[in-house]
Amino acid sequence: MEFITNTWHWSISGFLIGLVMLSLIYFGKVFGMSSNLRSLCSMTGIGKRVPFFDWDWKSQRWNLVVVAGTMLGGYVATHFLSSDSNVAINEITIQKLQNIGIEAPNSKLLPDSLFGKNVFESPKMILFLLIGGLLIGFGSRYAGGCTSGHAISGLSNFQLPSLKAVIGFFVGGLIMVNFIFPLIFK
Amino acid sequence: MNLIKYLLVGFIFGVVLTKAEAVSWYRIYEMFQFDSFHMYGIIMTAIATGVVGIQIIKRKKLNDIKGLPIEILDKEKGTFRYWIGGLIFGLGWAMVGACPGPIFILIGAGFISVGIVLIGALLGTFFYGLIKDKLPH
Repeated sequence: MEFITNTWHWSISGFLIGLVMLSLIYFGKVFGMSSNLRSLCSMTGIGKRVPFFDWDWKSQRWNLVVVAGTMLGGYVATHFLSSDSNVAINEITIQKLQNIGIEAPNSKLLPDSLFGKNVFESPKMILFLLIGGLLIGFGSRYAGGCTSGHAISGLSNFQLPSLKAVIGFFVGGLIMVNFIFPLIFK
Repeated sequence: MNLIKYLLVGFIFGVVLTKAEAVSWYRIYEMFQFDSFHMYGIIMTAIATGVVGIQIIKRKKLNDIKGLPIEILDKEKGTFRYWIGGLIFGLGWAMVGACPGPIFILIGAGFISVGIVLIGALLGTFFYGLIKDKLPH
């Protein structure tokens, strides 16, 4: 069982993600997770007021089923397929994290200082998570896709727009980690 | 219904991203610090697998599950939206260490606080829809 509970090798993981994308193509669909956010907005009926959400989101129900599957997969993987050896990141990274006051993973996927239960008592942390989400939602729709839609689907099909978007993703990420984190976590 | 296959594909995606730790805030931070090849390896292998698969589909003119020719649409042309939208997305991705797939996966895994990220992402999507026509694309 160890080969399941240990961290999966990048080559196996990447290959399987590629297969996930290809199976959706075989089903006549497109691999892209962020469009579900648009569907969820549209489900509220807001399309009556904002034309962007007035579209046939019901034709995208299959993608919401994919979402349900991912949630189930996340539950099973963290509750039944995890081990203490997980999230063994680079020691250098752990030191950098220490400098900004974030604890080492110790096999946890997420740091408690950012995602633990006590964030609900900290307006600063609630705002942190909310703004992170806002940027993700706004940015992915403006760019017309996220990591799955552009980095995986788009680049696999040699799409120039996707290359621009992916370069944008990395520029944004580098700015956040190198220039904005030091300001947030002084 | 035929929806079961989507549930299964989603389930596999959720397990793989969790076991690859691509859903981990730590892995995203490590990636943006260039301290590990792990995340780059995942993304590059996924793309390489996709390139080979798509080339086979195109050259052999394969049909989809319903027997219809597979058609892979090109992304819309544009410049500004991809650079700026991508940059905004990247800021958020690095900040909370999750892109839209992992947001759902982590909530499923029981990380309640990621619900705040989801609320933010829905608000961000809504806000884009609201001001879309005023933005350069």
